[in-house]
Amino acid sequence: MKNLISVLTVVFAIIIIWYGAAYMMNKQWTLDQAERAGTTVTASEVFKDTMAQERPQLPAPHQVITEIWKTTIEKKITSKRSLIYHGGITLSSTALGFLMGSLLGITLAISIVHSRTMDLSVMPWIIASQTIPILAIAPMIIVVLNAVGISGLIPKAMISMYLSFFPVAVGMVKGLRAPDTMQLDLMKTYRASPWQTLIKLRLPSSMPYLFTSLKIAMAASLVGAIIGELPTGAVAGLGARLLAGSYYGQTIQIWSALISAAVLAAVLVMLIGAIQNITLKRMGMLR
Amino acid sequence: MIWAFMAILFWLGAWALNVYLSRGKLTKRNKFIIPFLFGVTILVLWEGLVVGLNVSPIILPPPSAVAAKFASSLPILWEDFVQTFVKGALSGYIIGCGSAFILAILIDRSPFLQRGLLPVGNFVAALPVIGIAPILVMWFGFDWQSKAAVVVVMVFFPMLVNTVQGLTESDHMQRDLMKTYSASYWQSLLKLRLPAAMPFIFNGLKISTTLALIGAIVAEFFGSPIKGMGFRITTEVGRLALDMVWAEIVVAALAGSAFYGIMALIEKVVTFWHPSQR
Amino acid sequence: MEQNSQAVIAAKNLNLVFETNDGSVHALKDVDLTIKKGEFVSFIGPSGCGKTTFLRVIADLEQPTGGSISVNGMTPHEAREARAYGYVFQASGLYPWRTIAGNIKLPLEIMDYSKEEQDKRVQQVLELVELDSFGNKYPWQLSGGMQQRASIARALSFDADILLMDEPFGALDEIVRDHLNEQLLALWARTEKTIGFVTHSIPEAVYLSTKIVVMSPRPGRIADVIESTLPKERPLDIRDSKEFLEIAARVRDGLRAGHLDD
Repeated sequence: MKNLISVLTVVFAIIIIWYGAAYMMNKQWTLDQAERAGTTVTASEVFKDTMAQERPQLPAPHQVITEIWKTTIEKKITSKRSLIYHGGITLSSTALGFLMGSLLGITLAISIVHSRTMDLSVMPWIIASQTIPILAIAPMIIVVLNAVGISGLIPKAMISMYLSFFPVAVGMVKGLRAPDTMQLDLMKTYRASPWQTLIKLRLPSSMPYLFTSLKIAMAASLVGAIIGELPTGAVAGLGARLLAGSYYGQTIQIWSALISAAVLAAVLVMLIGAIQNITLKRMGMLR
Repeated sequence: MIWAFMAILFWLGAWALNVYLSRGKLTKRNKFIIPFLFGVTILVLWEGLVVGLNVSPIILPPPSAVAAKFASSLPILWEDFVQTFVKGALSGYIIGCGSAFILAILIDRSPFLQRGLLPVGNFVAALPVIGIAPILVMWFGFDWQSKAAVVVVMVFFPMLVNTVQGLTESDHMQRDLMKTYSASYWQSLLKLRLPAAMPFIFNGLKISTTLALIGAIVAEFFGSPIKGMGFRITTEVGRLALDMVWAEIVVAALAGSAFYGIMALIEKVVTFWHPSQR
Repeated sequence: MEQNSQAVIAAKNLNLVFETNDGSVHALKDVDLTIKKGEFVSFIGPSGCGKTTFLRVIADLEQPTGGSISVNGMTPHEAREARAYGYVFQASGLYPWRTIAGNIKLPLEIMDYSKEEQDKRVQQVLELVELDSFGNKYPWQLSGGMQQRASIARALSFDADILLMDEPFGALDEIVRDHLNEQLLALWARTEKTIGFVTHSIPEAVYLSTKIVVMSPRPGRIADVIESTLPKERPLDIRDSKEFLEIAARVRDGLRAGHLDD
């Protein structure tokens, strides 16, 4: 409860600052406009205008919310101008990439934990690759896959997969190694097979790590999908809306795409959080 | 065809050697050789398969072609590196991490603000912040200033969250100890809480190195002068000159790893006392 | 004589009630106690009897909810501001990023001692706890017993005539503990500090103290106060003497009586 009040205060402060910034940044245009028209404007007129420009430097929060409302609720989903349509496209490649990336990450982690050779040869590269700006490759992947005749959902999902498998692999290696020596020795006294140890001990104890890394992977996956939509010429998706908006100076459109992406990310991460809560509670890891 | 066959043979041989090496005693030398051999294997396999199966260089150029291109276009690569890394990423990194650190210290005395900012910061850190790039390019122009601004926004929240978290890290007993000395706020901040926060602060700094480079490159996708790593990647992809693209990726990889490595090295010096560093 | 009987710590009708989610906990109830200058007072009792809480009240780390307490004739808060005591916690709490000497210097830096004075005192207390050759080592390079000795040195480095110790040897093994007990007695004899010492070991309490305060839980209160008749000079084998065993038996009776009240 105390936390909620603090959070709300901070959010409220951010909105106030946003309005203030919108006023400051849009004021110049209004004044120029008035000067050109040879009219004088009162302070309140300036303020009103800064809140309602068509292509403001920084749109006011309510303008963005109105735009989102107009392009979600009031537009048909099939319309090319519906944010739900674009969001859906981004979501589908995010989800596919996330799924492939997580599976790849988990498989890799299991093989690393079970094979010393894999561990020693591959693990350093996985860690090193974390320091490389992989997003830079995104345009190339799209174009190359296009060249071999793969287009549409798959190339974007590949980028998402690429971005999301790293956190899952690293997190899962940590998680699968979470059981301590005593617990592993206990399995040994039962003469449990590696498979049994994996199913009965390693996987259950890795669950908290899994969910933490899934959240990171999901966020990374969405970023990958958005970036993946850039080089294809801005056809569809939230990334395309961003790019199209920046081509035509449609700031309100950029902000509404940005906020939708943020909301999408938040919803997806919270969804994993909810599954995490239920799972861990059932497993008795959370009280 | 013989190329591909040889490459696969090399791969099998190297893997067998790695299996043998990893069975043996884990010396410092082996710990380096095994991943190194694996890396070399990937390159050989790549070269062999691309050459042996006649893969078009438009799809995947062989490493030798990338290396040749790298060597022949050093001036351009250097220019791009300076534009994107030194001007864009580095200046944004310093401003972003510095201001996040200062804000964390400023709100340190207000638990109310901390409780509010920590969830908001965590939330923002999980968002696709990179999407703000087109807006910042619009505000700050095409040159490196807008790239630095994107980097500032990207590194700010991870750094803020880590610093705030780190400052709460000292345990109860150690804070009680400071109280028994009736130490002032600044004394306990400088002598206890800041040193205790260092592992977290460096965690933030390390995460931010990668974010900074990503931010600077991706921001160039939304507009840039005719130099820069992101600019080069998009234009060369458009011309299907993939060897140049890969050369830029090599630069990005080297810069990213070196940046991270330097921060990790400084961390090792500063937090030598932490269990993970001993 | 006049000076020796001066009350350093005086608690009257002291009460402390913690409000928790499960209702209120009476941690200290009607505690009356006077500690004179130069005494070595042990607080013993089962967990939850308020022995640590009482020590923390003296140190102004906990606020009483009723009654009065004075430390050196001041309120605990004033005494803390005047840096009247050194406190040793259950764990050494040494900063891992400072050397042993650096850790001992910490309170001296905070209290604005001059540079030469700092070095001089560090050397002094290091010798006092027999760690003189370990000043440049880091805490994690030392054994648990040595770490705890360093934390005692840290509490002794500045001019405080009261030393408060909260189960300082609780986490150490019996052999190390015996050794440290012996050293602590020698140190007390040399420095003539007033010591408040929390423990849950009967032999430790009897061996060290001039006064043993037996406490019992729910609510935390004093069950018995035993003035030790043992001489000031105490070799380790005094623990086999009849006198020692008699005092130990009385402490045990006091502890048992506290439990019967439940």
